[in-house]
Amino acid sequence: MQTQLERSNLTENEKMEAFLARIDRGEKIEADDWMPDDYRNQLIKLISMHGISEIMGALPEKEWVPKAPTLRRKLAIMAKVQDEMGHGQLLLRVAEDLLAPLGKTREDLMQDLFAKRLKFHNVFHMEAPTWADAGVIGWLVDGAAIITQSMSLDTSYAPYARALHRICAEEKFHAQHGESIVLELAEGTEEQRKMLQEAITRWWPSLLMFFGPPENGTITSNQSTNMRYKIRTQTNEELRQAFLKKYLPRIFHLGFTVPDDTIYFDEAKDQWVYQQPDWEAFKEIVKGNGPRSAHRLNLRETSYTETKWVRDAIMAYGRHVG
Amino acid sequence: MGDFSRVETVEAAKQNHEYTQALTDLLFQLADDDFILAYRGSEWLGLAPHIEEDVAFSSMSQDMMGHAVMFYEMLEQLGVGKADDLAQLRAADAFRNAILVERKNGEGDYNNDPHYDWAYAIVRSYVYGLHKQVRLEALLQSSYVPLTLVSRKMLTEHRYHLMHWQVWLKQLANSTPEARQRLEAAIEKVWKDAGELSQLGPNADSIARYGLIAAEDELKQKWLTLAQENFEKVGLVWPGEPGVPAERGRHGQHTAELVQALATLSEVYRIDPAASW
Repeated sequence: MQTQLERSNLTENEKMEAFLARIDRGEKIEADDWMPDDYRNQLIKLISMHGISEIMGALPEKEWVPKAPTLRRKLAIMAKVQDEMGHGQLLLRVAEDLLAPLGKTREDLMQDLFAKRLKFHNVFHMEAPTWADAGVIGWLVDGAAIITQSMSLDTSYAPYARALHRICAEEKFHAQHGESIVLELAEGTEEQRKMLQEAITRWWPSLLMFFGPPENGTITSNQSTNMRYKIRTQTNEELRQAFLKKYLPRIFHLGFTVPDDTIYFDEAKDQWVYQQPDWEAFKEIVKGNGPRSAHRLNLRETSYTETKWVRDAIMAYGRHVG
Repeated sequence: MGDFSRVETVEAAKQNHEYTQALTDLLFQLADDDFILAYRGSEWLGLAPHIEEDVAFSSMSQDMMGHAVMFYEMLEQLGVGKADDLAQLRAADAFRNAILVERKNGEGDYNNDPHYDWAYAIVRSYVYGLHKQVRLEALLQSSYVPLTLVSRKMLTEHRYHLMHWQVWLKQLANSTPEARQRLEAAIEKVWKDAGELSQLGPNADSIARYGLIAAEDELKQKWLTLAQENFEKVGLVWPGEPGVPAERGRHGQHTAELVQALATLSEVYRIDPAASW
């Protein structure tokens, strides 16, 4: 309590200096600690987007859960998508603690989602028309997510770091789940291999976009704020390169291709040189104008609206017994 | 004829054709009930009233699907067919599930404009769960020892599921007038089918005679007594004797809703059942 009182006597500038000194020392920030507004706002933006992406991310796979081809696959994909929802729940709780001092709740996040103010990852706006898409989502989309999330494991905000540690451990199983579906198709019939190649081709631009536009030497103010506060430590391009290095050799090894005739690995620069996806299209997709955006938002909004009576009932029951 | 009061192995069961037939029929009822209701549960994914419930419901559907797999595998061991084929390639008239579990969750398709009924989900899951509890406890005394072993395992998981639905029932019954009304409408709907749950189908007599499970009436009285106690405890009006649907699911008669469900759940597998998935 003493330190709290002392802190409250500090000027805003002094609080900020003390906060930055903590960040520089590698200390972790807890939910109840003093933090500058822009730190809080960046975290809210990042974590609520991450959380809602997990939840919206369950929807493309949801399409395949009831259709999974064998009993084992049915069990595995049910477990996997349940995990994703669980991650969403975990992250929304972290976001809720950050939102509380602003007088906002999960309900606000849901309404922001429906109004397209709260964005979710580009990949979850895309179509998943075959079983192979479910495999590619598990293998490559989750693989990409592991790369970005692993970077944030050491984030300065302790509750986010704790959530990420749990999430990353589970994501590794998901990537194995996806890889297992993909390998089965890759070693399968002509029709199965064709289905898989089409899915890889379909997902390629979205996978490149997943990490965000390249910086080309200039990083955005958002990114520099996040890096100054040690919320994140790597740039979009560094993450994308890590992904390409890990997965392109595997895709090629299985005898599949990506829709990029000129892609090559530049040994001297130690990086993949690839054709840029359409970044204008990316902007439209994350704004909520992707091929499946309206469908999935509608699915979520309809079910949310139609079950309002249930949430009201739970509140009423709480008052009744409480 | 031999002694079939305690059958330890598949080989022993297969010594008697009539015993195997009764056992097979019962296993199909057990497997198909869990399989189809778990499928209905999986259609709810992403649509539950809140995220915590989505996680919980999905976890329970997964456990239930796991139970179905165990029963299908027991059928496979008996030489009836490959578990995946049994689950996904049989025609609707070969299914032995009760009609209650095949009813759709509400209007619309799981992926296209679904308008699902949460009150129905709760009441169906609760009634099915209560009956399943009674059935699994009865199976602990089954003459087929492998069935007693899997039932014991399932019971440990199942108790938590039942508790979950009991909490929902209690909360909705004591909340808002709207919730109460929806709950009562769902009870009425479920009650029209619920009487079929404890039926054992065309081989009911030999299933009971071989001590595979308790007789229909005993199962029925047990779950109804528990249900009535719980309804009174949470303040719900007891709907009385449950009805049975027009179709007789245990005899292989089903609704178009099952046909649709089977087409969906086997869509990918049917592309090439000989392929490895």
